[in-house]
Amino acid sequence: MPDNSDTAPGSSLTSPSSPGAEKKKDEILPLKSPAAAETLALDEAVAGWAANFGSKPYGFEPKVLAFICNWCTYTGADLAGTSRLKMAPNVRILRLPCSSRVSPLFVIKAFERGADGVIVSGCHPGDCHYSTGNYYTRRRLAMLHELLNFMGIDTHRVTFSWVSASEGGKWQQVVNDTVARVRQLGPLQSQQSNATGRYLP
Amino acid sequence: MSELSELAQKLLGDGSVKVVIGYEEGPRGVRPVFVTDPAQAGKLIFDTRCVQNLAAYLNPRRQHVTKLGKAAVVVKGCDARAVAGLIRECQFKRDDVVIIAVRCGGVVRDPAKSPELSIETVADRCAGCEVREPKLFDHLIGTLPPRPPQSSQREDKIAELVAMTPAERWAFWSDHFERCIRCNACREVCPMCFCVQCTADKSRPQWIESSPTPQGNRAWQIMRILHQAGRCVDCLECERACPADIPLGLIAKYVAQAVERRFDYKTCDDPLIPAPMGSFSTDDEQEFIQ
Repeated sequence: MPDNSDTAPGSSLTSPSSPGAEKKKDEILPLKSPAAAETLALDEAVAGWAANFGSKPYGFEPKVLAFICNWCTYTGADLAGTSRLKMAPNVRILRLPCSSRVSPLFVIKAFERGADGVIVSGCHPGDCHYSTGNYYTRRRLAMLHELLNFMGIDTHRVTFSWVSASEGGKWQQVVNDTVARVRQLGPLQSQQSNATGRYLP
Repeated sequence: MSELSELAQKLLGDGSVKVVIGYEEGPRGVRPVFVTDPAQAGKLIFDTRCVQNLAAYLNPRRQHVTKLGKAAVVVKGCDARAVAGLIRECQFKRDDVVIIAVRCGGVVRDPAKSPELSIETVADRCAGCEVREPKLFDHLIGTLPPRPPQSSQREDKIAELVAMTPAERWAFWSDHFERCIRCNACREVCPMCFCVQCTADKSRPQWIESSPTPQGNRAWQIMRILHQAGRCVDCLECERACPADIPLGLIAKYVAQAVERRFDYKTCDDPLIPAPMGSFSTDDEQEFIQ
C-alpha cells in the first residue's frame, strides 16, 4: 500500500498521477482522492490532514478569496505551485495588475458573497512594478483593517501580506495560516447569525 | 443692522458675489438661506443655533446653488475645514468662493430649540474645539466668545466599544443599522461627499445593496466612512441628519483617530496640506501586514 500520509488530500487536485491512483482498477478516474481507495489510507489521510491543518476533513471547508498582484505575489504563488509545496486547497486566487487595484469594496463584497476569509497580497513596499502603488494600498488597507475591526468583523479572517516573486514558501505559509485561522473561526455567516440572526455585511 | 448683514449687503451690492449662503430665522428654528438681493441681507443672523454646515452647498454637484453664481458662505471654524477640504480635493479653486468666517463659541445640538449653551445642549462636535477663530477666511467677523462647555461622551463610548469582542461589536452595530432606512441623509448633508455619481448608486456592478437590508446597510456605512477617511471634518452633520439616530459620529471619530495615529494627519483648514489617502509615507506603520 502506498504511503499517503505525507500527501495532503488537496494535492491530488494538482497531481492526478499520485501513487494511490495507480493501484486503482478504474483508470478513467485518476482525479479521485487516493485516500478513498482503502479505509486505512483514508484514516491516514485524515490524520495527515489534521496534523497539517488542525481539523477534520469533510466538515466545514473555509472559502478563502485571494486578491493578489500580478508581478510579485502571483509569481510567488506560481513558484509555490511548481515547487510542489503543500498548501490548503481552499484558496481561490484573483489576479490583479497591482495590489492598489484592490478596492476595500472588493473585500466587503467577497464577505457578502460567501467568502469566509480574504487574502490581499502584493509586492513588498519599494518593489512595486508601478513604483508607488502598494504604498497607497498600505494606507487604504490600514483604514479597512481598522474599520472592519470596529464594525465587528473579526480581522483574523483577513490577511494582508507582502509576498515577492521568490517567496513561494512565504505564500505557502500565508495560505496555510489563513485557512487554519478561518477554519478555527468557523463559517462567517453562522458566526454572525449566532450573534444577531443576520448575515454579513 | 448686524456686522454680518452689512458685509453681505456690501458684497452683493458691489457685485463681488452673486449669492450669500447663510442662516436665517425660520418657522422651526434657524435654517440655511440663499440671499441674492442686497435688500434682503438684513435677514442673515448668526447665533448658537447656527449648527448646519453650509460648506455642503459649495459642492459642485449641487447645481441649484452653483447656477446662482459666485457664492459667499458663512462658516464657523469647523465648517472652514470643510471648505479647505473641498479646495484640497480640487472641487473648486480658492478664488471661486468668498469665505465669511464667524468667531464661534459653540453651537447647540438642535437648531429648533433654545439658543442657550449648556452641558446638556452643546453639540458633540464642540468638544475640544480648537478653531473658534478660523484661519481660512476672506472676512472675519464677530468677537471671540469663551470656550463652549465640554460634554462629549464619544471618546469614552469608543473606548468601551474597542474593549468589546468582535461579536459584541457586531451585535452593537447590527442593532443600530437595523433601523437604517437608507434615506441617504448622511450622504446628502455631508460637505465632503462630493462624487458626481456615488458608488452606492451604481448598478453595474451593484457594489452596495440599494434597499435597506442588514447586509446593505452595514456595507454602505463601511464604504461611506472608508471614503471619508482623511476627508471627514468631524462636523457630525451625518449624525444630526440621521432620522434613525444611528451614532455615526462614533465611526467618524474612530476613523479620525486612526488617521491621526497612523498618518499623523488631523483635519485642518489649510487647503495646501495634502489629503492623507491621496499621499503616502514610506514609513507608514504596517503591523497588520504579514
